[in-house]
Amino acid sequence: MSLRIVVCVKYVPDATGDRHFAEDLTVDRDDVDGLLSELDEYAVEQALQIKEAADDAEITVLTVGPEDANDAIRKALSMGADKGVHVEDEDLHGTDAVGTSLVLAKAIEKTGYDLVVCGMASTDGTMGVLPAMLAERLGVPQVTQLSEVSVEDGTVKGRRDGDTATEQLEAALPAVVSVTDQSGEARYPSFKGIMAAKKKPVEELELDDLDIDADEVGLEGAWTKVEDATERPARTAGTIVKDEGEGAKQLAEFLAGQKFI
Amino acid sequence: MAEVLVYVDHVDGAVRKPTLELLTLARRIGDPVAVSLGNGAADTAAALAEHGAVKVLTADAAEFADYLVAPKVDALQAAVEAVSPAAVLLPSSAEGKEIGARLAIRIGSGIITDAVDLEAGDEGPVATQSVFAASYTTKSRVSKGTPVITVKPNSAPVEAAPAAGAVEGLAVTVADSSKGTKVVSRTPRESTGRPDLTEAAIVVSGGRGVNGAENFPVIEALADSLGAAVGASRAAVDAGWYPHTNQVGQTGKTVSPQLYIAAGISGAIQHRAGMQTSKTIVAINKDEEAPIFELVDYGVVGDLFNVVPALTDEIKARKG
Ligand SMILES: Cc1cc2nc3c(=O)[nH]c(=O)nc-3n(C[C@H](O)[C@H](O)[C@H](O)COP(=O)(O)OP(=O)(O)OC[C@H]3O[C@@H](n4cnc5c(N)ncnc54)[C@H](O)[C@@H]3O)c2cc1C
Ligand SMILES: Nc1ncnc2c1ncn2[C@@H]1O[C@H](COP(=O)(O)O)[C@@H](O)[C@H]1O
Repeated sequence: MSLRIVVCVKYVPDATGDRHFAEDLTVDRDDVDGLLSELDEYAVEQALQIKEAADDAEITVLTVGPEDANDAIRKALSMGADKGVHVEDEDLHGTDAVGTSLVLAKAIEKTGYDLVVCGMASTDGTMGVLPAMLAERLGVPQVTQLSEVSVEDGTVKGRRDGDTATEQLEAALPAVVSVTDQSGEARYPSFKGIMAAKKKPVEELELDDLDIDADEVGLEGAWTKVEDATERPARTAGTIVKDEGEGAKQLAEFLAGQKFI
Repeated sequence: MAEVLVYVDHVDGAVRKPTLELLTLARRIGDPVAVSLGNGAADTAAALAEHGAVKVLTADAAEFADYLVAPKVDALQAAVEAVSPAAVLLPSSAEGKEIGARLAIRIGSGIITDAVDLEAGDEGPVATQSVFAASYTTKSRVSKGTPVITVKPNSAPVEAAPAAGAVEGLAVTVADSSKGTKVVSRTPRESTGRPDLTEAAIVVSGGRGVNGAENFPVIEALADSLGAAVGASRAAVDAGWYPHTNQVGQTGKTVSPQLYIAAGISGAIQHRAGMQTSKTIVAINKDEEAPIFELVDYGVVGDLFNVVPALTDEIKARKG
């Protein structure tokens, strides 16, 4: 039986761009270029490696996001994933993590899965909560924050490097996995891969297709409310000296003045 | 006054500092009730009472160590049902966020992660967050259910505020469905004897400019002269020069010390994300165009191999 892998990828504003908030205090997605979250490339990479090690597997990339989020799917397809699912609906604007997890969980169930692979966090929201929420909603084991992962005989194993300890984890499929940026560099799409991706199928879904009411998601349905967003004042320009033999002394003088020494 | 649940992060009964900071914040909203789970849970009570816990709910069962995250969610859910709190606060560790995330789904509540401050508000607690690599500060609140909020280390001072801290056993039934992910083995991280990165008042970090694992002792020596923790950029970690646990930045630790010293680090946005909120920032870099200089209070353009050892000697001499 084929191993059905669903990789959740997010389309995010470029972190090196000038990211800001729109008037409704949602993330402004118009002024900054978007791309496949770099941390989700690691998820695609691990899914591809799991597929390569399996007899028979199929990888679906799933994203919830605006029209342009299709770019994220295409990138993953050009890396080697087999097909895409894109949930797009105007009522989704402003959805928070809890709402997104609902949409993803329904889409994953509809697609059918043995293994869900996520990134460790999105590079815009940086919450790192979605994988745990998905496991909770789907009622399957959560095997998360892995720097090493493998699947064999219906069991997923992985290494989790925590703050105080390193843990070896194990769970029976179906399960939700998330991988860190320590799991191994993601491959670059080959020219052949980019061409092939153009022909791979991408299914478009709306909230109706997932039996989700508009008021369960979006800005109105969000269970959290951003009340204020202010740009952090730029740090005031500091003193910069060139080391011509006295740099260390001058720095020590500064540190002493600040009572650090 | 309303009660506020505080999830206790401890190692075999030793309460970690971020939990004590949570108690400070919890007292702004209500009466802190601590939830302490696993081996040594009861031993945490004294420290928690000292810092304001009116009650300490404890549960110890093998399942908390044998399975990942989910059993702790069962316990916290039981505590929410027993107490009907005004909010649930957890430390913003990877595990704290995951426990909070699952709890939020279970109890039908919104969740805010990585708060750096917390105040009482008319419509419930208001959390301050620092977003987009700390270029924005936002204020948010949970608008549905019992607010679940995870808070970053160093977001509040640790304050002595002696309270009763009466220990009560919490009845927890770990569901079979919470035993899905087995922890097959656990290897505790060895202590370096230096302060913990996220808790340290001073952090000294090295980057690609350090140019090899064999040179990191130069950074460590400066750190030791200041009683500081050692950090590293991802470039240094990826090159295998320093452990990933010491990485500062978006995919490493967020630090917010009184003093951050960056040596041989260019200051990429992902690195900034982890250190931009430090009180005082100092950089040593031989490239005067390096973006890290945009952040600094004091910068030295120079070779770190000249400046850092000389600085270490200077500090030692001044400290006598
Ligand atoms: C999704 C994602 C997540 C990331 N997460 C992180 C993260 O958590 N943390 C992180 O740090 N990075 C992270 N990065 C990587 C980040 O983009 C940079 O590549 C990285 O921070 C660069 O490290 P560096 O400053 O040490 O190296 P470089 O950018 O190569 O800078 C080295 C600096 O050292 C200086 N130098 C060299 N020799 C000397 C000398 N002898 N004396 C003085 N100065 C010298 C150079 O002038 C240069 O400025 C992430 C990237 C991505 C895409
Ligand atoms: N809108 C989305 N569409 C698809 N996957 C997502 C979306 N948001 C988050 N994810 C997945 O969940 C992970 C963690 O995201 P977060 O909890 O938002 O930091 C990401 O790395 C993705 O794998």
